[in-house]
Amino acid sequence: MEATVVETGTEGKDWGGGSQPLKASYGKMMMWFFIVSDALTFSGFLASYGFSRFKFIDSWPIADEVFTHFPFLHGVEAPMYYVAFMTFILIFSSVTMVLAVDAGHKMQQNKVIIYMFLTIIGGFIFVGSQAWEWSTFIKGEFGAVETKGGKILQFLDTEGERVAIADFAASIPDERQYQSENEGIWYESGTTQTTFNFEEVKAGFLANDNLLVRTQYLNEHGEPTVLSREESVAKIMNDGKLVVEGANLHHNEYGPPLFADFFFFITGFHGFHVFSGVIINCIIFFNVIIGTYERRGSYEMVEKVGLYWHFVDLVWVFVFTFFYLV
Amino acid sequence: MAHDNHNLAIFRGALKFKSNQSKIWGVFVLLSIITVIEVAFGIIRPEFLTENTFLAMRLLNWVFIILTIVKAYYITWDFMHMRDEKSGLRRAVVWTAIFLIAYLVLILLIEGDYIFEVYKENFIKFDF
Repeated sequence: MEATVVETGTEGKDWGGGSQPLKASYGKMMMWFFIVSDALTFSGFLASYGFSRFKFIDSWPIADEVFTHFPFLHGVEAPMYYVAFMTFILIFSSVTMVLAVDAGHKMQQNKVIIYMFLTIIGGFIFVGSQAWEWSTFIKGEFGAVETKGGKILQFLDTEGERVAIADFAASIPDERQYQSENEGIWYESGTTQTTFNFEEVKAGFLANDNLLVRTQYLNEHGEPTVLSREESVAKIMNDGKLVVEGANLHHNEYGPPLFADFFFFITGFHGFHVFSGVIINCIIFFNVIIGTYERRGSYEMVEKVGLYWHFVDLVWVFVFTFFYLV
Repeated sequence: MAHDNHNLAIFRGALKFKSNQSKIWGVFVLLSIITVIEVAFGIIRPEFLTENTFLAMRLLNWVFIILTIVKAYYITWDFMHMRDEKSGLRRAVVWTAIFLIAYLVLILLIEGDYIFEVYKENFIKFDF
């Protein structure tokens, strides 16, 4: 199924049309140019992440302390192993994709089917991992207190280990009345409450002498500043405002809300690309099975979707570096 | 139909594979090694690399960025077959992207650093 070509009578001449100076078909070249524009979109996001990070260079969270979880290993500190695993999944699915392209060049339908299938499985594992990563990030681990100025205060014991607010917060009887929609004529649902309110955390903090506060400002070694007990008490009493558990677009227990915003936006946009890549892969996969490309005599569609899939991998390489390593 | 004969040499010809498939696996091994190095550096964080800086950035971050670009090169050149494309297509794609991205990153990072200084020095920069 070649595109319709109108005969112009100038075939064979350089400017006569119909010749391919770049030796690439229309579809493949346009896939490349789409990739260029998409790469510029992603680099816009990553550059603005860099901008915000440079703007708050002395108070940006350390990724090693944020992403420390591994599925089924609860409580074990495993910085970055899970994202490293995700990176391998994506690189490996790139390998199976390029093997599918290679088999396509040789017109080996069955091999293309197997490799495309493996690629799709890899894509699903990656998207699932990202969903898990998001849910862990949203749920949070230790909890923190946000100051009036929107800064984050985290809690440590005297050994320097992080302490969860659930471990020390006092229990003050709740005077809130909970009502549901059927109890009134005019009903507006309230905001979501944290497990502990600020008064409970404050009381628990004052009652435990071994607790210290860590601010988000980094000292000269690039580690967050730990305040002395007196400074900690003063900070909580004077500046503390509300309890933060986990992360959303407005509050983030790990540091500046911007960090969570960029995390959700960039990894979300990338995850959406992976998801659409899986969908497109599925379409091509079924086309291979029913023999569309066998009849067409060319597996170039596999090559085009392969380009997109590798691009998604390429973007992840950069996201991995700038979110988790640097 | 596209190029059936692939360019099978990487590392500027220092390593030549027998078939396209073995080249794919070779590049996979290379990318895996680089990723393992990155993760190991990220966990160990050697003091020598975190204490010293170059152009206002820790050496460790430079290492990460350079390794990332190396990875990106091999993904584009071997997985996306850029090595086999005509130089015209290659330049149209790569140079355009590299130039625009480098320019955008440069101006945004300088601007971000400037705003940081303004916050930190309490607007002293307007006071001259």
